[in-house]
Amino acid sequence: MMSKNDGEIRFGNSAELHGTKVQIPYLSTEKNSFKRMDDEDKQETQSPTMSPLASPPSSPPHYQRVPLSHGYSKLRSSTEQMHPAPYEARQPLVQPEGSSSGGQGTKPLRHQTSLIRSFSVERELQDNNSYLDEPWRITEEQREYYVNQFRSLQPDPSSFISGSVAKNFFTKSKLSIPELSYIWELSDADCDGALTLPEFCAAFHLIVARKNGYPLPEGLPPTLQPEYLQAAFPKPKWDCQLFDSYSESLPANQQPRDLNRMEKTSVKDTADLPVLTQDVTGDDKQALKSTVNEALPKDVSEDPATKSGLLPPPPALPPRPCPSQSEQVSEAELLPQLSRASSQAAESSPSKKDVPYSQPPSKPIRRKFRPENQATENQEPSTVAGGPASAATVKSHPTVQKQSSKQKKAIQTAIRKNKEANAVLARLNSELQQQLKIPKVFIKPNSQRKKEPLEKRSHTKVLLT
Amino acid sequence: EISAWGSLVARRERNLRQLYPTGTSKVYGYVTNSKVKFVMVVDSSNTALRDNEIRSMFRKLHNSYTDVMCNPFYTPGDRIQSRAFDNMVTSMMIQVC
Repeated sequence: MMSKNDGEIRFGNSAELHGTKVQIPYLSTEKNSFKRMDDEDKQETQSPTMSPLASPPSSPPHYQRVPLSHGYSKLRSSTEQMHPAPYEARQPLVQPEGSSSGGQGTKPLRHQTSLIRSFSVERELQDNNSYLDEPWRITEEQREYYVNQFRSLQPDPSSFISGSVAKNFFTKSKLSIPELSYIWELSDADCDGALTLPEFCAAFHLIVARKNGYPLPEGLPPTLQPEYLQAAFPKPKWDCQLFDSYSESLPANQQPRDLNRMEKTSVKDTADLPVLTQDVTGDDKQALKSTVNEALPKDVSEDPATKSGLLPPPPALPPRPCPSQSEQVSEAELLPQLSRASSQAAESSPSKKDVPYSQPPSKPIRRKFRPENQATENQEPSTVAGGPASAATVKSHPTVQKQSSKQKKAIQTAIRKNKEANAVLARLNSELQQQLKIPKVFIKPNSQRKKEPLEKRSHTKVLLT
Repeated sequence: EISAWGSLVARRERNLRQLYPTGTSKVYGYVTNSKVKFVMVVDSSNTALRDNEIRSMFRKLHNSYTDVMCNPFYTPGDRIQSRAFDNMVTSMMIQVC
């Protein structure tokens, strides 16, 4: 019996031992896998051969990745995301762990995948072109992408982008301000506070490189010098071919960013305008989305991404069909008109100035809106602007010229509202001042007591006003 | 000192020389049209420096400063972190010392 028990015990022990032994190699393989994953993240030497996905995690061995606070974490997460796949294929033992870690990794990252996608695609673009040797060389695709971005900010490719416009644009890349400042210093060769097309391409390329983890160079690389860029990519190519082939992709790209900038400029100027522009932009977006949504569902998911302030998606995505080419032109016109209108609002110029300015485009619509505006004097400006604006979209043909005039009208109504509010406030102010003076006469029995503080108050109020 | 700056701005002179009581260092000031002031402190033992050189140094500083201002990411009042500016300053100091 004892021997049996011993045997059993021994068997149990050996079984346990065996169990632990079995587990240990499992653990060791797990450790190895994790270790290797970490190594992969850091060294990235074997990933091009292993990962089934094309090339995003790879990086040239010459350059070491500089950990950015924000960008690198994204890169690391993207590489972690992609690693479980090859490991699953190679080591079935690790599969549950790999998939679980992948699952944990993907859940918080899913909202970032769209963000990472744009940069990973750009990395692919770079990798395709013997990136090992010259990361500062701009490829053809990148070049076209930069030119399109330039056009969205400045329709004339031979002109330049002002500093503030470029600043707003590049700030969306989420790089730190000192880094952006340094990139500007590198790329603005003539230090004029504005970026020509080659300077803009150089700056954009540096930002992209920095986003992908490359340290910024000490000086502007020769392949990014403006003279080199102008020689390498002659102008006629930019103007004719690109314009024809990519003009369709612009308006949809342009629209959300224009709206972003419109919102930003309006925030600067007045308090009421942002409400209006948001309503107007909401209407515009609806008008566009109805036409774009049918074609590419991807774009809708990226519209909020662009609106949140990221760089627009790269040309790897198919160009979006646009309603018409005239949209682009009218959009470009819109901005200076809006800026002019907003500046007029800031100056609080009389509405008479606006009237001759906007009369030529569309007279009959204005007549319709005027009685509406007069009737709803005391309503909020947003609802009034939303009313005629929505009425315009419902009634009129959805052409862009009507939209631009509608926006002008929205701004004019805002100006009128502001002036009315100003007039009302001025009247109230004068009334209050009179009221302050009057109680001296009314409060006769306590005149001695209350006169002095009232007088003091009225004096101070007069001084303040 | 304030009165000295005031006279500098009023008379539109571009430089000013001022000796501290200790006499160990000379202080040079330079003011621009936009009321930006550059101050240079030079050791008294360095007698080789002439006014022309001081003026040229200030002019270089001014030019580099305008380049820094052109950068839209630079807000006036920040510490200047421009590498070009730093390089210019160090080269100037090396020249003098």
